[in-house]
Amino acid sequence: MLDQSHPALDGQSVSIRDLQLDFGSVSVLRDLNLDIHKGEFLVLLGASGCGKSTLLNCIAGLLEPTGGQIFIEGKNVTWAEPSERGIGMVFQSYALYPQMTVEGNLSFGLKNARLPKDEIAKRVARAAEILHLGPLLKRKPAALSGGQRQRVAIGRALVRDVDVFLFDEPLSNLDAKLRAELRVELKRLHNSLDSTMIYVTHDQVEAMTLADRIAIMKGGVIQQLAAPLEIYNRPANLYVADFIGAPPMNLLRGDLRGSEFRGAVTVPMVGYDFAAPPRDGAAVFGIRPEHVLVGEAAATAPVRTEVTVEIVEPMGADTLLWTRIGEDDFRIRIDGQTPIRGGDRITIGLDPARASLFDAATELRL
Amino acid sequence: MADVAFTPDQAAGRPARTLAGPVGARPKSRITAKRVMIYGALGLVSLYWLLPLWVMVMTSLKGMPEIRMGNIFAPPVEVTFQPWVKAWAEACTGLNCDGLSRGFWNSVAIVVPSTVLSIAVASVNGYALVNWKFKGSEVFFTILIFGAFIPYQVMIYPIVVILREIGLMGSVWGLVLVHTVFGMPIITLLFRNYFASLPEELFKAARVDGAGFWGIFLRVLVPMSLPIFAVAMILQITGIWNDFLFGVIYTKPDTYPMTVQLNNIVNSTQGVKEYNVNMAATLITGLVPLSIYLISGKLFVRGIAAGAVKG
Repeated sequence: MLDQSHPALDGQSVSIRDLQLDFGSVSVLRDLNLDIHKGEFLVLLGASGCGKSTLLNCIAGLLEPTGGQIFIEGKNVTWAEPSERGIGMVFQSYALYPQMTVEGNLSFGLKNARLPKDEIAKRVARAAEILHLGPLLKRKPAALSGGQRQRVAIGRALVRDVDVFLFDEPLSNLDAKLRAELRVELKRLHNSLDSTMIYVTHDQVEAMTLADRIAIMKGGVIQQLAAPLEIYNRPANLYVADFIGAPPMNLLRGDLRGSEFRGAVTVPMVGYDFAAPPRDGAAVFGIRPEHVLVGEAAATAPVRTEVTVEIVEPMGADTLLWTRIGEDDFRIRIDGQTPIRGGDRITIGLDPARASLFDAATELRL
Repeated sequence: MADVAFTPDQAAGRPARTLAGPVGARPKSRITAKRVMIYGALGLVSLYWLLPLWVMVMTSLKGMPEIRMGNIFAPPVEVTFQPWVKAWAEACTGLNCDGLSRGFWNSVAIVVPSTVLSIAVASVNGYALVNWKFKGSEVFFTILIFGAFIPYQVMIYPIVVILREIGLMGSVWGLVLVHTVFGMPIITLLFRNYFASLPEELFKAARVDGAGFWGIFLRVLVPMSLPIFAVAMILQITGIWNDFLFGVIYTKPDTYPMTVQLNNIVNSTQGVKEYNVNMAATLITGLVPLSIYLISGKLFVRGIAAGAVKG
């Protein structure tokens, strides 16, 4: 049964069909469907408790689903042991075997698979070369730094020559600088290996920078599955709009009348790409802080309004202005060198083409 | 004077860098009345607690005539090791006159297999209860722990019947079986709590790496659990060595453990009471648990703490 291939899954590396997982009466994953292409870097993104790690554990075979199917490389692995699935997994805590050397850690899985000695040596040497672990092979994990440990953990997946790599928040235990370095290394690794990678994180920077596609999850349900820029530019609902982007998207409450948004500001939605024909009703107008126009650009913008700057947060490359429109907080990101101080009144411009509009009741994109 | 008292700052008309009051490292505290009180009291109390040991050691090194003179606190005028030799090799219990040595070797023959068996079984129990939860594993664990709270006395007679039926009554192996079973709840709890404290991801990583039930246990978890194995060994060795009740009930004179034999030597009602031999015998019997406490004091405390943490 395991070697039975399904032609319908051609081109899919991992395919998840109607996956359901309950812990007692609590349903963690509900009717989840997800197709991951061969060689794709897919990021599962969400706040803690959204079910992203649970989904990864189901794919790895470390959690038994209550319902549904999982296919890896065309094979039904729903009932297969983790080691039979052709996956390698990297954990947040590294999970290195503390009493074994780096070499022992790398070869443990291969020894369990009863590979010949020279084949093991060859694969360990190759992984050590790719990950620059050569000089560390005889050391114990306790004598390694955090970044080195995580590279060993990646190497442990690498030596097994798997089709699919699973990453469970692999960079979360590292400091910011190292995290940025390893992020690039991971991307490089993906480019050179061409393996499928599934990566769980709560960090949207990691998600945006690494992913071919991002799946944003909430309450065990995928909210949106799309390329990073698509998610950034056209969030499918209010949750995604608020989750992606730091600082998050400005949201103004109001009504949609015809194709005009009426709230604390009135915005004729000219040039806005409606997801469905506009219908009148309560709506939320969203625009990212970096898409708000100021200065000369504001003067020519389709919609203009005046706001008072309350707080200025200079961050070097850019500066964040905190203002208010009506009752709602309104953040504006401007160039870091612009001389603006608290209390200033400035004119801002809004471009409906770069905005997002959501139904206030269903929270879906309009 | 003036040229010494002024710092360059003051000389230049600027305020001194260092103001009045404490400067730099706090001085090491000297002997104070409070300290003398504390250490004095502690010393007195320790002396009081050490007194019985002192009396035992001194008495065991004296000959009987010297003991009869009284002065139990006085060191021996004439040191003799004869009582130790007699206690070990010549003292009589019942028909046997080969001293405590017979009981010592019986105790070793009981402690070693009981400790090895109970730890081997209980460690696998604890591992399975944490990492391979099965339907009803929590109920199983609850029942096992409940076993620790049933008074031994309730089970004495049923165990006599069981041992008689399987033909182990009076043999060392019967007692090994009893100790293994009675050690199970607390040692399982010990291992369960320890394994539960290890990161779960390690277990998951080993599963992804293709290790099975025994592979994960023997090659990943056991090598990193040596401290808890040491703790379990200490608990079992001292507990089983000190056992008197089970020993006296489930064995016969030939197979009596050391504790029972000691009792028979000390409490014999015939002949002269040889206090020096009794003291020497008691010290010899206590030597094994005592040395284990001394060698592994730190681990022992850790074991008590680990067992106390509720899982």
